Amino acid sequence: MSDTSAWIILVAAVFTNNILLSNFLGMCSFIACSSQVETALGLGTAVTFVMTLTTMINYAIYHFVLHPLQLGHLQFIVFIAVIAAFVQLVEMIVERFSPKLYFALGIFLPLITVNCAILGASLFAIIRNYTFVQTLGFGFGAGVGWLVAIVLMAGLQQKMRYSDIPKPFAGVPVAMIITCVMAMAFMGFAGMVTIQ
Amino acid sequence: MSNNSSCMTCGSSGGLCGGKALVTLKEGVWTSNPLAIQVLGICSALAVTNKLSNSLVMGAALLFVCVGSNLFVSLLRNHIPHRIRMVAEVAIIATFVILFDQFLRAYYWEMSKQLGPYVGLIITNCIVMGRAEAFALQNPPLVSMVDGVANGIGYGVALAIIGFARELFGSGQVVFFGMTINLGDWYTPNQLMVLAPGAFFVFGVLIAIFNVLKGSDAEEDKK
Repeated sequence: MSDTSAWIILVAAVFTNNILLSNFLGMCSFIACSSQVETALGLGTAVTFVMTLTTMINYAIYHFVLHPLQLGHLQFIVFIAVIAAFVQLVEMIVERFSPKLYFALGIFLPLITVNCAILGASLFAIIRNYTFVQTLGFGFGAGVGWLVAIVLMAGLQQKMRYSDIPKPFAGVPVAMIITCVMAMAFMGFAGMVTIQ
Repeated sequence: MSNNSSCMTCGSSGGLCGGKALVTLKEGVWTSNPLAIQVLGICSALAVTNKLSNSLVMGAALLFVCVGSNLFVSLLRNHIPHRIRMVAEVAIIATFVILFDQFLRAYYWEMSKQLGPYVGLIITNCIVMGRAEAFALQNPPLVSMVDGVANGIGYGVALAIIGFARELFGSGQVVFFGMTINLGDWYTPNQLMVLAPGAFFVFGVLIAIFNVLKGSDAEEDKK
């Protein structure tokens, strides 16, 4: 694992091992926020940004602090604290220096703390024994992969508003079926590159 | 996350007496099943349900965490300052998740490896957080524990159904505690069911079935 190039991991995280379509992470916001392409784009950008940086911070904390001190079992609580604190910090910085960006991104930031994709990406990076550069590639790739999936979904949902869906399937069930088809389509990328 | 439904849940069972236990139990398992009706905490539900045994362990994990966190959040509910209640809840939940994770690693290493990061991801599972926020903060410890049990069972049952369906149609047989249910030779196993798309498909169909069973009033509740 340790000799895979970071670029390959990046591509794989976007296509073959899409964090949403093959690891099922970040489903809650995926279902809730995928009715408008603009909203999806904003949320996806915020997720990519936060995910890239928190996976790196968590990597550093795990390998330089927790692991040497044999406190590995505390990783969950430390990671979630880091993510929450980081999101808070970003929110304050963005609000102070770029009000325009804050209005575009700001409303999504609090949502991100509870997005399991963020915590999941940090945990995957530790479990798969990535190096620091690989972690960078993976964090960014996973974020972009999530962004791609949610934007595609939002596009489909917008079209779907006018379709005649059987009543029991309206809402979440049909969203699930569509995601199923999307996941199948993404499986077409499998074999291109493989990680794990 | 569907905030409306959790609020309604606590509104209809917000009594302070222990006599609410049965109502609470029924709500968690059936009328507002966290997975099939409220559609919360689906990440783990989709990821670990490729086998029945995995699903059951995950259900047990959630039951344990939900009961534990509900009990402690409820015990501390008058002492937690309102503004930092989220942080306090996350800390309590994370503690229980770590306990369960350590237990799995110590006694069931194989299972722990199969579940991978998804045990840790219970922390961000909306069900646990939602119950702590919507129920345990307003109710006494015992009822909160019942609520935890109810939601844990409701989640576990839904998970078991998905896991059973995926393993049965995906590999043609279900192996469970040495028992084997076999579909027979006429069935060609559909690998897709064990892979990611199968999870989405089975889950979508499960919600649709729940919608039919619950009738049209449930539809209005959800809106």
